[in-house]
Amino acid sequence: MAEISVPSSLDGVEPVQSVRTPIRMEYIFTPGVAAQTYLREFGNKKILGNVSPVDGAVLVPPRGADPRHGALCDEFVEMPHTGHVGSFCVTNVPIPGRDLELPYISAWIFLDGADIGFLNLVAECPPEECRIGMRVEAVWKPDDEIGMTAENILYWKPTGEPDIPFEAAGVRGWHVRRKGEADA
Amino acid sequence: MCGEKVKQMRKVAVVAAASRQEEKMLDTEVEMMIPLITEVRTRTGLDQTDIGFTCSGSSDFLAGQAFSFVMTLDAVGPVPPIAESHVEMDGAWALYETWVKFQMGVIDTALVYSYGKPSPGSLQDVLSTQLDPYYVAPLWPDAHSVAALQARLLLEQGIITPDELADCALRTGTVESREDYFLQPLLADPLREADCPTYADGGVALILASEEKADELCERPAWITGIDHRIDAHHFGVRDLTAAPSARLAAKNAGAHDGPIDSTELHAAYTTHDLLLRKEMGLDIPKIPQRSYPIQADTLMASGLLRIAEAARSIWDGSANRTLAHATAGPLLQQNLVCVLDGGGD
Repeated sequence: MAEISVPSSLDGVEPVQSVRTPIRMEYIFTPGVAAQTYLREFGNKKILGNVSPVDGAVLVPPRGADPRHGALCDEFVEMPHTGHVGSFCVTNVPIPGRDLELPYISAWIFLDGADIGFLNLVAECPPEECRIGMRVEAVWKPDDEIGMTAENILYWKPTGEPDIPFEAAGVRGWHVRRKGEADA
Repeated sequence: MCGEKVKQMRKVAVVAAASRQEEKMLDTEVEMMIPLITEVRTRTGLDQTDIGFTCSGSSDFLAGQAFSFVMTLDAVGPVPPIAESHVEMDGAWALYETWVKFQMGVIDTALVYSYGKPSPGSLQDVLSTQLDPYYVAPLWPDAHSVAALQARLLLEQGIITPDELADCALRTGTVESREDYFLQPLLADPLREADCPTYADGGVALILASEEKADELCERPAWITGIDHRIDAHHFGVRDLTAAPSARLAAKNAGAHDGPIDSTELHAAYTTHDLLLRKEMGLDIPKIPQRSYPIQADTLMASGLLRIAEAARSIWDGSANRTLAHATAGPLLQQNLVCVLDGGGD
């Protein structure tokens, strides 16, 4: 670090190392129509998606908008609790704030019928056996612990069914689907 | 960029606007902005892919989350990818950045929007965080009290009078009579409730177009004949709080005095600011009243851009030919932007 020169009038004065001005502000978050509807139904163990008014794409979880086109989505559709792994990461370092057994798998879960994925944990599966296209199902918390929170689903576990083809998995599936529609 | 020079610049017009303000909205910023952005695109027949540049203004401190403006792009639709920018300022400054982009000659159309939702947090606290972080912000002075410091200076030096405050409150609709004004208790002495803003959630979206495009998109484009913004010092101690030299200079540079002004849209959240701005900018109280008043519904980050939208609306509906819009940011009129719009008529 560069040497800091101070005026001679400050000779012998203990230098200031830091100034602390703590700032705390509180917000009452308004989740909006889509997130409210989603979370209320999630509390009933139902998973909702939004249907894009532009091309019918199913967006999970719903945000009230098709972000590709800036279009309001007010149509909801109930989703199955099964899907596949679109991509995944095996993590070998602990993260602050979560007590997870190492290594753990975080994955993009694509629900059956959904056009986009969301981040969640995959468990009951050794990391070396996890793969793109692997079919999974939701493992919910016990009913008396379910609430209006993203934490309702503990993790996703393999169903043991045959994988979906690599080419059709995850975001690639989106393009496959679109291309298929264009050809039809 | 004043006088003759601005005439050599590329002509840019405001061709569409949509806005919404409510005291408290339960929509998200995205849900709030989609109908507004859709409205201006529909009115001009422009698709997002036809729009050369998109620029917005908002504040993470209001939203309570970092990079909140990125999330709001869900309301625009960046597929295929768009040319986009953002200012952590009132949308009037996003419009200025966009105007510069027009002068570079690289765009013919642009979408400018801004929004603010103060209702989830405490706007008084948010506004404190814009003050000097070492000496002032840790004291958490609330905005009304800071405004009162300035108001007392203005009153005790005789620059404005209590009667003028009452008249301004009456004109801006915060009281129904002068008597009502003087009967109000003091809120932040010497300011009464009628002198201070009511905060609102809201947003505004505009479409701008170059001279090559504007006439196609709008029957009577509101041409920007002058625009300038200036800033005063940050520290209260080095400012003369009874003056707003940045507002004076911005008005001069925007060509405010080059012709008659039919209507003014001032971003004055306090009666004291309305009066001080008129003195500094040499503006009479026009016969055509302001279309809406920030003192009645002030939306941090959007109130300034809304002034430009309102000034354009007065041109579109034919009620005015030459209008002045003003936007301010920072504490006590620290930064000021002036935009003069012209309908091109007589």
